[in-house]
Amino acid sequence: MIDFDFNTFIKTLETGLRDFNSGLWNPLVWGIAIVIAFLIIYIIRGFGKTGHKEQTEQTKVFLSGNPELEKEKMHVGGSNVYWGFLDSFKWLYKVLDKMHTGNVSDYILWFVVIMGILFIVMGVL
Amino acid sequence: MNEILDGLLTHSPALIVAIPLLGAFLTPLISRVNDKLRNIFVIFIVALTGFFVFLLANDIFSNGSIHTYVFGGGSPLTDGGFAIRILFEVDGMNAFMAIIASILAFVGVIYSWSFMKEHTGQDKYYTLILLMIAGMFGMILTGDMFNFFVFLEITSISSCALIAFYTNKGKAVDAGFKYIVISAIGALFVLFAIGILYSQYNALNMAVLANNITYGFLDKIALVLLIAGLAMKAGIVPMHMWLPDAYGRAPSSVTLILVGATQASLYGIFRMVFSVYGKTIGNINASAVDTIMNVNSIGWILILLAVLTMLIGVLMALKQYDLKRLIAFAALAEIGYMLLGLGVRLASKFSGEFEVTGAGSTTTMTQVQFQGFSSAALTGSVFHIMNDALDIGLLFLVAGAIYLATKETNLNKLGGLARNMKYTTVFFLIGLLAVSGMPPMNGFASKLIIYESAYQINPIVGIIAIVCSILLLAVFVKVFHSVFLGPKIPRLKDVKEVPKSMLIAMGIIALIIILIGLFPNFVIENIVQPATDAIVNYSSYIGGVIP
Repeated sequence: MIDFDFNTFIKTLETGLRDFNSGLWNPLVWGIAIVIAFLIIYIIRGFGKTGHKEQTEQTKVFLSGNPELEKEKMHVGGSNVYWGFLDSFKWLYKVLDKMHTGNVSDYILWFVVIMGILFIVMGVL
Repeated sequence: MNEILDGLLTHSPALIVAIPLLGAFLTPLISRVNDKLRNIFVIFIVALTGFFVFLLANDIFSNGSIHTYVFGGGSPLTDGGFAIRILFEVDGMNAFMAIIASILAFVGVIYSWSFMKEHTGQDKYYTLILLMIAGMFGMILTGDMFNFFVFLEITSISSCALIAFYTNKGKAVDAGFKYIVISAIGALFVLFAIGILYSQYNALNMAVLANNITYGFLDKIALVLLIAGLAMKAGIVPMHMWLPDAYGRAPSSVTLILVGATQASLYGIFRMVFSVYGKTIGNINASAVDTIMNVNSIGWILILLAVLTMLIGVLMALKQYDLKRLIAFAALAEIGYMLLGLGVRLASKFSGEFEVTGAGSTTTMTQVQFQGFSSAALTGSVFHIMNDALDIGLLFLVAGAIYLATKETNLNKLGGLARNMKYTTVFFLIGLLAVSGMPPMNGFASKLIIYESAYQINPIVGIIAIVCSILLLAVFVKVFHSVFLGPKIPRLKDVKEVPKSMLIAMGIIALIIILIGLFPNFVIENIVQPATDAIVNYSSYIGGVIP
């Protein structure tokens, strides 16, 4: 059987292992810290006011003065998330889209290209 | 009792492949009796295989031994010293990969019970699943080059049929076709390399080849063919384009096992580089400085490919709106991390003037050494193989659950599912955090090691790796928001949580993810480090066959 040593089990992961110890990572400490953080959030939340008046401005959604749509239509779909990022990197995506032709002959072409590069690097060609 | 266990242990390398292989051929027969009985039979077969994997792995990890199983018995070498017998040689790395494969296979068949319930042709489905599992284990355990090729083909053919399982959908058939073309060409070049090595050394046994290899002109050609062929099967950029098609179109339970099959090809690269070419890769003799620099340059090419794999994977994932295709591109990025660790290890040799003390005097000599971080890079890479399989596997299972519940994978048409699918939401959240390398999940532990070692070889490489993880988080936050958050979509108001067998399958993987995340050190010391030590120790691998 694999020797079960409790100290090994809970020991901190020393990144770099045998050769260098430049980092420290203890998931248990992190886990406890996260639980404490959630507890503090929960306590702070408890200080909030619970009472509000129904059917008044207090319960209305404020959308910078725009009218509120039906709830079903308010959901932001997957294609709309990060549109700014995708728009600013349009040039890059053009290249990537051009690369992904969906044509299996092109897939093989890339394979040949990589093989050629490896041959050159290794001094075969 | 102990005698029986010892007997089983001795034959376990063969049984691990034989049981699913025989099970595959029995499945159509049992399927004629009863569907439920067939499902139970398949789960039993995979569980039994898993039992032998753990029995073997336990022995290897606790004793640090290598199991050499010669088919037909006797010595691996004949009286004349020829290694003509087919054999399986199982060291720490093989055992490590087999553990991953058995977890994926077991979870995959449990998940299939409900996931494939409504489909016809389940007898064929389960037969192919078991064939694929047998092929995968064969690739992992074999110590023979030609045998490796045969199992590679078995895995490829069964995978192809499973990818195209939804024959009523044109895109699935298209993905299956692309996969078989890619696999056949990749495997053909692997076979070509094997032919070259056989013609040179008159042997197909990996250990014998490792012992004889000289790194001459033909050996270099064979190495390129092996790396390129297996890299295409492993889905490394820019030979990755089949991967989103295949992962995206296959049933989710198949994709989970397909992740294991892809990793078996990656394992092939590890085995060829570190064992078959181990003498060259591990060479630190200053007189062979040209060869060493040559190996370093392969390392740098792999680092470059790894960076491209990570970047293209996350960037393409960011723009996808089909859930499974998106996860497939994320899986691609994850492969980049594993390759990065491998590349860093290969590129980390350096030559310099070192002071050598001997016989009372100190002289300065030119020596070649590995950088201190090189073994950590390899450990991170090997550890990430396990973490990636679990994290990406879980996400694919969640995607399958969403598809089963809603018949939809388009992110624009999904939303508010957290209200009806609470458990699936939690599982997705666990997968999301793990795959993005967020503490305290398992992905963080392995990625941290890879970041650090990559940073040591070149800070820019380390930074790109971290940025890609952040982008991965962004990708999956988008999915979480689009699919699970927001108001209920009218069309999806009556969606129900998926059946229990699927929840159990996802739960098993989620539990393993959390446990590895909380106790990474335990996993590293007992499984990952022995596997890494085994893969770099080529002389022990040779010693398993040649006394």
